[in-house]
Amino acid sequence: MKNTTKTINFKSMLGASILGSGLLFASTSQAFTVITFGGASGEAMQNAYYTPFDKKTKAGLVPGDYNGELSRIRAMVETGNVSWDLVEVESPELARGCFEGMFERLDWKKLGIKDQIIDDAVEECGVGAFVWSTVLAYDADKLKKVPQSWQDFWNVKEFPGKRGLRRGAKFTLEFALFADGVAVEDVYDVLRTPEGVDRAFAKLDEISEHIQWWEAGAQPPQWLVAGDVVMSSSYNGRIAAAQEEGRNLAIAWKGSIYDLDYWAIVKGSKKRELAYDFIRFASQPDTQAAYSSGIPYGPVNPAALPSLSAKQSARMPTNPKNMKGARAMDTGFWVDYGEELEQRFNAWSSRL
Amino acid sequence: MSTTATQPIAEGIDNPSLKSQLHRAERLRKIKAAALVMPLAIFLLIVFVAPISQMLWRSVDNTELSQEMPQTAALLLRWDGQQLPNQEVYATFAQELQISRQEGGLGRVGRRLNYEKPTFRGLLVRTLRRLPAQASAADYAEALANSDRAWSEIATWQAIKKAAAPTTDRYLLASLDLERNSQGEIQSITETQRVYLSVFQRTIVIAGSVTLICLLLGFPLAYLLASLPASKSNLLLIFVLLPFWTSLLVRTASWIVLLQSGGLINTSLMNLGIIEDPLQLVFNRFGVLVAMVHILLPFMILPLYSVMKGISPTYQRAAISLGCHPFVAFWKVYAPQTVSGVAAGALLVFIMALGYYITPTLVGGPSDQMVSYYVAYYTNTTNNWGMAAALGSLLLIVTLLLYLVYHRLVNQKQLVRN
Repeated sequence: MKNTTKTINFKSMLGASILGSGLLFASTSQAFTVITFGGASGEAMQNAYYTPFDKKTKAGLVPGDYNGELSRIRAMVETGNVSWDLVEVESPELARGCFEGMFERLDWKKLGIKDQIIDDAVEECGVGAFVWSTVLAYDADKLKKVPQSWQDFWNVKEFPGKRGLRRGAKFTLEFALFADGVAVEDVYDVLRTPEGVDRAFAKLDEISEHIQWWEAGAQPPQWLVAGDVVMSSSYNGRIAAAQEEGRNLAIAWKGSIYDLDYWAIVKGSKKRELAYDFIRFASQPDTQAAYSSGIPYGPVNPAALPSLSAKQSARMPTNPKNMKGARAMDTGFWVDYGEELEQRFNAWSSRL
Repeated sequence: MSTTATQPIAEGIDNPSLKSQLHRAERLRKIKAAALVMPLAIFLLIVFVAPISQMLWRSVDNTELSQEMPQTAALLLRWDGQQLPNQEVYATFAQELQISRQEGGLGRVGRRLNYEKPTFRGLLVRTLRRLPAQASAADYAEALANSDRAWSEIATWQAIKKAAAPTTDRYLLASLDLERNSQGEIQSITETQRVYLSVFQRTIVIAGSVTLICLLLGFPLAYLLASLPASKSNLLLIFVLLPFWTSLLVRTASWIVLLQSGGLINTSLMNLGIIEDPLQLVFNRFGVLVAMVHILLPFMILPLYSVMKGISPTYQRAAISLGCHPFVAFWKVYAPQTVSGVAAGALLVFIMALGYYITPTLVGGPSDQMVSYYVAYYTNTTNNWGMAAALGSLLLIVTLLLYLVYHRLVNQKQLVRN
């Protein structure tokens, strides 16, 4: 997601896992370990959640980063050596991990926050942490005409130049169908049919030579600023970070796809009670507002919205204005068809 | 005096035990030697042999169903697959499905069955919701058949049968763009899904090109290093080694900065008026080759340099003094002596390049991704370790085969020379 620079090589991973498993086992029997994607979001969490929570409970909270690889959690659960207690996961990983028994099933009565947060944030094994979005972004200083939608993204005559898209089937196929005139609410129904998939790839064929594929979330704003691409799909938080640095990047919210990241408790964690307390603490209006003012990812607790400034709330994916014409990602669809479609995407892109 | 007198007697008595003493000393030495090697052997066993054998096993491992639903698996293996299985299979499956949910094995079963058909996971969840908690065998069978239309389709059961045997070749076949059809014959997968054969081909082509370019660039440089006086060559050697001290990621990222459309090279060329539009130098094969050659070049230069350092210049001089053309002397007398260095350098660079992951990911386009990219994708993103292991095993086999061929070639060359 926001932080997908894959910086692991296998040698260091092997070394680290051998060393790490020994060290973690020795050192974390007492600590309460919270693992997130880190980066700008991790910093915002530190200020909004970790420090105040630790002060309140003296839990000995130890934060850590990962890249969202379920494999590491799976290895822990399978060997019974669980050193992570609470993790931030993306929605497809949550669904997969929940089904495969890597996360604890939650007792929502005990949590007692079900009616305070949005419906999308309530899952069998996870509680929504925040809402993020994949949007169409462009450099407002460089474009004379403002792109409004994915149709404009596909229009290479009026908007000449390269475009950035994430290397992979997820999001790419949805955007192609939006550009082909499929309504946002129908997009996953169309993609469930083989004809719909063909249609999406045919649409991609139209502009394949104009696309520069990105891999890490940091790339789109950097390319936009450097003038490598005229517009790009991007994570909204990344664009906001570039705006903070004084870049005049802008977002077309129509046809954006939003999704949630979730808190999930690793199966076999010895700190379940603390994890419940932490989730409850991190879902309150004041802590959520503190987090969202640190990074423009939307709060799952709507009561947090009024305490944000107008400028901050205009950047939130959960702002009703931005929600118009946006689509929630269909997790179930990508869990079921993800592998097949990614392989087809790889096959397609190999022939470019 | 007395000692000299007793010596022969003592020797005579001790003679047989001297042999055994020698034996003991020898044995002790052997044990000591073994003990010295033991840490290394254990280390290799733990971090090399065990993981690789586990990877090889994972690529054919199909034990999900036979462990979590043993009776169903056994029944389905006996089923001929021609028409719908009998009531006993239905009832056993329904029962074991519920047991697997209680004991936490459902995840493994669902993950495995989903590879056969993308909608299986959902089907299992739906079915479990509609099954009665307790029932007789006949009721179970009926409840299962009624819970979803899919259970009355023979294809569903054929898919489960594929997962019933303890080993499978599906991952290895899929890594070669092959699959088994419902009759069990091997066939190519649909054209739109074919990707891995070209990925393997591409991996070998990229690794081969990188090796060749490294050799072409590294050979003259190593020659220069070896023929310069030590003070100058040491300085140059530091420049060769300098990239070693910089993180791989930093080196890769700096190539992006240099090569991108708004980057240093393109803007300079445009300011000089040499080009009108920026050249596409990165996010394609060119960028991958440049960045990989930069990173791997020292691995070519160092073995070459160490071999060239040991070659006496007198042979070449002798050849020239006997009337040989300098170039011919170089080619006929000097170059063959460097074969072992070329071989070592090329092998090192080629094998390291085969496993490259970060560099092609960051500076390559979608058609420049190598096998390790897909291994990482299956390991981390989709959690399909069977596929990851199969791709890894095939890469290992390809590497070993290429190594054997190469070994032959190099040995032959050396034989000819001798």
